[in-house]
Amino acid sequence: MAERELKKKTASERPEEAVEDVPAASAKGEKLKAELDDLLDEIDEVLEDNAEEFVRNYVQKGGE
Amino acid sequence: MAIPKVCGIETEYGIHVVGGDPNPIAASSVLINAYLQEVVRQRTGWDFEDESPGNDARGAPGPDALPPQVETHLVNAVLTNGARYYVDHAHPEFSTPECADALECVRYDRAGEEILVRSMEAAAATVTDGRTLVVYKNNSDGKGNSYGTHENYLVDRSVPFDRVVAAVTPHFVTRQIFTGSGKVGAETATLDGHAVEFQLSQRAEFFEEPVGLETTLKRPIVNTRDEPHADSRRYRRLHVIVGDANLCEVATFLKVGTTSLVLAMLEDDALARRPLGLADPVRAMYEVSLDRSLGHPLALADGTTATALDVQWELFGAARKYADERGLACMGDEAVGEEVLRRWEHVLHALETEPASLARQLDWVAKLQLIEAYRDRHGCGWDDPRLAALDLQYHDLRPARSLFARLDTERLVTADEVARAVTEPPRRTRAWFRGQCLQRWPDAVVTANWDSLVFDVGTDPLRRVPMMDPLRGTAEHVDELLQASTSPADLLDRLSS
Repeated sequence: MAERELKKKTASERPEEAVEDVPAASAKGEKLKAELDDLLDEIDEVLEDNAEEFVRNYVQKGGE
Repeated sequence: MAIPKVCGIETEYGIHVVGGDPNPIAASSVLINAYLQEVVRQRTGWDFEDESPGNDARGAPGPDALPPQVETHLVNAVLTNGARYYVDHAHPEFSTPECADALECVRYDRAGEEILVRSMEAAAATVTDGRTLVVYKNNSDGKGNSYGTHENYLVDRSVPFDRVVAAVTPHFVTRQIFTGSGKVGAETATLDGHAVEFQLSQRAEFFEEPVGLETTLKRPIVNTRDEPHADSRRYRRLHVIVGDANLCEVATFLKVGTTSLVLAMLEDDALARRPLGLADPVRAMYEVSLDRSLGHPLALADGTTATALDVQWELFGAARKYADERGLACMGDEAVGEEVLRRWEHVLHALETEPASLARQLDWVAKLQLIEAYRDRHGCGWDDPRLAALDLQYHDLRPARSLFARLDTERLVTADEVARAVTEPPRRTRAWFRGQCLQRWPDAVVTANWDSLVFDVGTDPLRRVPMMDPLRGTAEHVDELLQASTSPADLLDRLSS
């Protein structure tokens, strides 16, 4: 109950122009997919050859 | 009035040796020495005179307190941009100089990355035994070993430390929704036994205490190290160990900017409209990190619940009101403060409505999108080692190998600005005086640290110039003096006259 009250209260205080800042996803969907495809082609080329060994060999000492 | 939020970031980088002796301490030394010898060709050592990492902000340290050891024998240098570059335990570490605002902090954090890249190139030219040194900007090796990215903020000493703890804990736990760098799987804990596919934060699962002095064992959400590197009667330096290393500039900007604002509001008593104390902050750290839906209700101390987004909206609301009523001079630059608020609001709104739209702004979203696309293409399960490899390689700093570098993420600083920040200090803090003295008289500055410089002007004794106020020694304060001084001895005469 308290959670819903909080949401309502904060939502009403938000200026409306914030909504316009969020890009419309549907229009961008196709372009994004094409870009990701190109990126994945590239990643297939640069990703370390033996993933299992690469991950196993990456060992660090704790720091700080 | 809140004091200006001078800030900085210390990053311990992961270092991996391909082919040959894997000793990370030796490798870190080789890496940093290569940079100092081949690139900057100048070296001023760090002065350990004022190091006291064992001092506890709560007063007497607890019975279990293990203050960190100060290592003085490893390579440790001060750069002309006012930064510190050194071997810390088994990692190369870069500490930005003191920055006057969150955007400047992004610039110097990026300069740190650039310095590590140049160090790798210099090391490649000097290491002839077949070893390759590779640097990663991340916080864990995927096997339960974590290394830190620490933020520092100037805080008014008059604020009691228990109030600092109460104010920052809800923020540190919930800011993960935009500061997290993302991680495949889990290393130390599975909440209530559920298998973890992906979590928002690299660091969250390494925190075991709400408050404490340690940084390597039983890590606390709020670190109590009381080492202000400044006049301790007036200032604290809040040492924040709970953050992830970010590659997305917007994530770094928001991490530093929102935290600066929360601290300013604390100093001006402008925070609490609703008590946001968490019932169990350590558990809440995991819960937020593990909750990709961003809808998990966190138990609050007053018996109610709130999601991480609810808490962030509450803090944002208070910050918006604070800025409207009192202005944002405390943020170092009013326009930067406004930009923090604008982006904070935008990111919270987007996280609420369509998190995937933040793939150009937040690391965990960018990484998750990449991994989901890879899973789609190759049909692999979450335990496929290629996903762990992808996660790791996201943070590889080599331009030819970095997966992050292949993403078109939003930039807040230009390549030219980063290049300048590699050698030039920030103009609006004491880092200016430190960096300028190193640039002008590298042979006369024998050692330096955050709050003093030691000069050797050829006659005994060595002379220490204290810099106990991070807000003095700026370009505005000292440029005339520096221009007029014909030598280090002349500078010291003018300073003491």
